Amino acid sequence: MERYWLVAASFCFLLSFGHTLFALGSGTFRPARFNLAAMAGGFVFESIFLYQRGQIVQTCPITNLFEVLVFLSWSIVLIYLLVGPAYRLSLMGAFTSPLVLALLMLALLAPVDIVTPRGAHNPWIEFHAALSIIAYGAFGLACIAGIMYLVQERQLKSGRVSELLLNLPPITDLGAINGRLLFTGFLLLTVAFVAGLAAGIAVAGIKAGVSFAIWTLYGTLLAMDRMRLLPTRRIAGGSIAIFIIALVTLPSVSHLAAP
Amino acid sequence: MTILCAGINHHIAPVDVRERFAVANHEIADVLHNVRRIEGLHEAVIVSTCNRVEFYAASICPELTLDGLRGYLETRTGLEAPLYHHDTPSSVRHLFRVASGLDSMVLGETEILGQVKQAYAVAAGAGATSGTLNRLFQNAFRVAKSVRTETQITRGATSVGSVAVELAGKIFGDLDHRRVMVLGAGETSERVARSLVSRGVKTVIVSNRTFDRAAQLAGEIGGMAIHFDHWQNEFPDVDILISSTAAPHPLVTRERLEPMMRQRSGRPLFIIDLAVPRDVEPAVNRLDGVFLYDIDSLQDIARRSLAVRQSEIEHCERIIDRNVTDFVGWLRRRQHAVL
Repeated sequence: MERYWLVAASFCFLLSFGHTLFALGSGTFRPARFNLAAMAGGFVFESIFLYQRGQIVQTCPITNLFEVLVFLSWSIVLIYLLVGPAYRLSLMGAFTSPLVLALLMLALLAPVDIVTPRGAHNPWIEFHAALSIIAYGAFGLACIAGIMYLVQERQLKSGRVSELLLNLPPITDLGAINGRLLFTGFLLLTVAFVAGLAAGIAVAGIKAGVSFAIWTLYGTLLAMDRMRLLPTRRIAGGSIAIFIIALVTLPSVSHLAAP
Repeated sequence: MTILCAGINHHIAPVDVRERFAVANHEIADVLHNVRRIEGLHEAVIVSTCNRVEFYAASICPELTLDGLRGYLETRTGLEAPLYHHDTPSSVRHLFRVASGLDSMVLGETEILGQVKQAYAVAAGAGATSGTLNRLFQNAFRVAKSVRTETQITRGATSVGSVAVELAGKIFGDLDHRRVMVLGAGETSERVARSLVSRGVKTVIVSNRTFDRAAQLAGEIGGMAIHFDHWQNEFPDVDILISSTAAPHPLVTRERLEPMMRQRSGRPLFIIDLAVPRDVEPAVNRLDGVFLYDIDSLQDIARRSLAVRQSEIEHCERIIDRNVTDFVGWLRRRQHAVL
């Protein structure tokens, strides 16, 4: 029954994406509250779902891949709602909505909602798992900022002034936002790892290996950004590539709350 | 009650005539006071900009009011006033078109809306408006907003200078702390530099083969002149380069720029090459963080924007026609109610 909330959330994200595409196509896109309202509506529905799931499983609802996908989608929207209005990134909603919509569709359509036996309730483990996924939410939005950067760069290099170029934020701002989101995600993921260590979680080899590899990749990318060792377009490309790797390897680390 | 519009604008009068009829801001209250004595005139607003001087009046006897207005202007300027005039409903349509930027020299420009708002505020403040013109101008502001948001009439930039400013904004965002270098003080580069200064750029370095010309331009736009032999020393700190020298070979090549870009800590470089033959090698655009535009690409962007704006005129006119009908209907109902 609680899945209907996810359908409603999907509808909101679809509405946000469709409205922006139509407005850009007809040349009447204006930075407006519609995107923000649609994204906020989707966020509320996802929150209701997660609350109800939490009541059912009696723990943070990240006990299987289905719940992890929903929680990740919720985290990306949460970070967007925090970052988007602050930087007047109205169009970021249009780039974010297809990603969160795809995550929700995957969660709803793939047979991944499998009841997983739980160990003893440990708040440290739940904190570690929830914070890790919120960190991935920040990385997801860094990936979106990276895509926006590359799109804007292509527009500027090509010498064409399109509706997209006029409405995307300045390329310098996109590079800076990408860097800040990488930093935020890396910080959250590091705290989550420390919490995991504090909880004394005994983690399976592949899960630990993949998690550490992702953390190292993001750490290296962040360091290169801070030390200006790579041009911004490469940092943007790196944000996209590492997030895709993280998504592909998600099933192996999906039982984050499980040892 | 008839709404009368009478005036002169850039379509019918050159600047040397328009300037004689212009009403300065500090004179408007006095002029309003005088024109309100004209027979039949109940309400008045004066819109005076560099491209137009227009009187909007609510009058019960438009012919007498128009004659009175002509007489007043002839007395004031000593010239016969070559006025055009419109009565309801074409005066209403005219105001809606003016406020929407459809009657402007640069189609779709938005500055005029602010000027019309200012003119109305002054007239309202002087007690020169009442029910009819209040409603008319409020409607004009609403129509202008609809035209702006529902069509692409304000889309893009339509001159080389404004295209350069728009692109600079899309690269850097805020231009306040950006450094601009003008290499070759030609007419177009001067216009582009002035456009950038008007958008907040504070540091402009001018270099020209003739130092006196560089010093003159730098003085005019509040910049700093340097000798042409030294421009490469200042170049690494520059964010925007406007180049228009008469050099027969490229001054900026990929080989020269590549090591400089590595020293810039990831700061982008916007190059506006206005020279023919070009001063900057096209391969430079392939470097990370370099955005190169030549005169053709800037003019092409301006032309496309103008074409988009022109294609939107019909759409704008439909919005205006609909609102003119609504307003004239309101005016008639109001007059019936009074009778």
